[in-house]
Amino acid sequence: MVSELLKLTGHLAILLLIPPIFLGIIAKTKAFFAGRKGPPLLQVYYDLFKLFCKGGVDSRSASFMIRLAPGIVLSTLLMAGLLLPLLYEAPIHFRGDLILFAYLLALGRFFTILAALDVGSSFEGMGASREAAFSAFSELAFFMALVTLAVMTQSTSLSHIFQWGNTHPTFHPAVVLLFISFFLILLTENSRMPIDDPNTHLELTMIHEVMILDYSGPDLGLILYGATLKLFLFMALTASLLWPPTGLFGFQEIGYLLAKVAGIAVVIGVVESVKSRLRLSKIPQLLVANLVITTLALLITVLGGPI
Amino acid sequence: MKINSAILKNGVAMALHEIPEIDFISWRRWIIESCQLAKGRVISLLAEDHGDRMRLYGLLGIDDRGELRLAGTDLMKNDLRYPSLTPDLPEAHWFERELYEQHNILPEGHPWLKPIRRGDYAPFYRVEGEEIHEVAVGPVHAGIIEPGHFRFQCHGEKVFHLEIQLGYQHRGIETMFPKANPSRQAVLAESIAGDTVVGHALCYAHAMEGLADKSVSVRAKELRVVALELERMANHVGDLGMLSSDVGFLPASAYFGRLRGEFLNLLMELTGNRYGRSFIRPGGTLLDLSKEKILDFWKRLEKSEQEFRDVSDLFFSETSVLARFEQTGVISAELARTLGLVGFPARASGIGHDVRSDYPIGAYRVHKPPMVRLTTGDVYARARIRSLEVKRSLEFLKEGLKALTVEKTFLPCDRFKFSSLVVSLVEGWRGEIVHIAITDSSGKIRLFKIIDPSFHNWQGLQMAMRDGQISDFPLCNKSFNLSYAGHDL
Repeated sequence: MVSELLKLTGHLAILLLIPPIFLGIIAKTKAFFAGRKGPPLLQVYYDLFKLFCKGGVDSRSASFMIRLAPGIVLSTLLMAGLLLPLLYEAPIHFRGDLILFAYLLALGRFFTILAALDVGSSFEGMGASREAAFSAFSELAFFMALVTLAVMTQSTSLSHIFQWGNTHPTFHPAVVLLFISFFLILLTENSRMPIDDPNTHLELTMIHEVMILDYSGPDLGLILYGATLKLFLFMALTASLLWPPTGLFGFQEIGYLLAKVAGIAVVIGVVESVKSRLRLSKIPQLLVANLVITTLALLITVLGGPI
Repeated sequence: MKINSAILKNGVAMALHEIPEIDFISWRRWIIESCQLAKGRVISLLAEDHGDRMRLYGLLGIDDRGELRLAGTDLMKNDLRYPSLTPDLPEAHWFERELYEQHNILPEGHPWLKPIRRGDYAPFYRVEGEEIHEVAVGPVHAGIIEPGHFRFQCHGEKVFHLEIQLGYQHRGIETMFPKANPSRQAVLAESIAGDTVVGHALCYAHAMEGLADKSVSVRAKELRVVALELERMANHVGDLGMLSSDVGFLPASAYFGRLRGEFLNLLMELTGNRYGRSFIRPGGTLLDLSKEKILDFWKRLEKSEQEFRDVSDLFFSETSVLARFEQTGVISAELARTLGLVGFPARASGIGHDVRSDYPIGAYRVHKPPMVRLTTGDVYARARIRSLEVKRSLEFLKEGLKALTVEKTFLPCDRFKFSSLVVSLVEGWRGEIVHIAITDSSGKIRLFKIIDPSFHNWQGLQMAMRDGQISDFPLCNKSFNLSYAGHDL
């Protein structure tokens, strides 16, 4: 009982404290490629602290939705975080929890879009329409990927799926394809390059960033922290595919988790540095290509039998 | 029809009475026919108030022959209207709107008549329809840029029409000139557009030297060209950096940004100011370069050339960058000619027009960088042409620095010709800068007219967005990088 409580506390502590650092790692990697020093590793923490100390300003044309959305989005992400095994089993796990995981993320997006439309700005409307259109493609790929995982491991619980211990076949073709697919989904869902440019100030080109233009102060803080949490969840999920949690308990295990997620963060930084952003009209092509990759992984898994 | 228009030389004054005066109908036909048949181009249409009459001047450029042609006509003050040129000659569009705004001259039949600088309350062009939406951007923008309002008529991501409303930077510079004394006029000229200080200062100085009928020393001519080319390189390189950060290509963005600093530093050592202020004055240049400095310049240009070559090779060989640039914001040669585009955007569409070759002044008469021309007219061409122009300018400067003469750089220049008109053209980094000055019977400046290349080219940006993606607008905008202040005056 005590150990269960300890595990839950540990899991929550990781979700609450660790995620912002990975944005710092990405920023440092990009700065390295640009020949700059870059912002401090802990910059996002400073930003969050600053935002939580501020007051908020709401758009006059907005309704209660804009105030509601940041809280809802963050709670869906935290819930999803409790379903994802980080060090060992997730605090909450049951058969079919991967469906809940996917829908919690979708719910968060739904509210982000609603709040963006709520403000009534033409920019945010455009961003919302782009987000809805592109997520229709990436959600399909995400579900296919989860289904492939379920078939592969004969389980529908995330905790069970990622408990393969040391015996799981890292370089099975289906796993490699899934890794690519998850990585692309990660970039899409977290509005990273080459799909979206998180650093741009050009409203007309933005997808995700434009939807949160009207937030300020603590609300923006919640959104920012939510974004780091979402990125962390996707990175942990992607990393677990190749290097699943060992199921042991201890600082070593935490270090292992941080190392693999930091590895993914560096890869994201490298991708963002060496590639320019895609033209907006070409993004669906990339997402459909990703769907094909995922389908291939599913076919390999189904035809090749359980691993 | 044969019209005896006056043929001017770049920077040579002409007495007002030598300018042919013709009736309006012939004047209108002269402009349209010269532009349509004789490969001419409207450089400026301007008006001057003569009490009961309004005097209109048409200034055309026949680029192939390097001829500037000028003719005037009169409109009666009590009936300021005439059949518009724009339906026959779209490049007159902006000029006619300017005349309408400044002098209340009504071009009858103009398709879209509204003020160009104070029109923010006039209705915008609208596309109606169930699924059409309007996007309004500016005049306050994200990022540190000048103010301007952009109104898009969109269908989803596709742009049907873009209308640009400017004028938020209007300071009335043209009307300040006649009131200012000469030393202040030079400062005013440098303030027309903050990124084209050398270009406008040179254009102004050249006009004044024409009015005074004085020539400057060879040394001064050479130093002016060095400053102008440094300004060109600094801006082109800076814009390449901005283009790479717009598409999110970090390494090139950072290195181009640093290289821009190199050129600005050279400009500072030459002129005492990173943007080249207080260097060029009518009569020459206020500073000179020592022998050791010239050697140092040469070495640093050599080094920058190598670095620039490396970065631009990296930039233009990155396929994801090319994918963004190619086929974005295309302006065909025909469209560029119709709209009367100038400068590198025109050359990127295949129009062979460059003031340095067509109407050379100063040191360009002896030696000039070869003109660069591309044909595709897209963002790629407008980016690529800058990198090619930088390379040409670097080679040109390295060559020129070896052969600098030794002479005084400044000779006083005053006492202007009476009742004369002078036209001065300079190829600034954006394109053709034109200053037109008219003196009164005591030799004081009576009218000063400025045409920044942006004045022609904003229309190009509007048309480049037609049927494009709205998300490509920032990229397209950056590929032109037009001046708001230079347009608004």
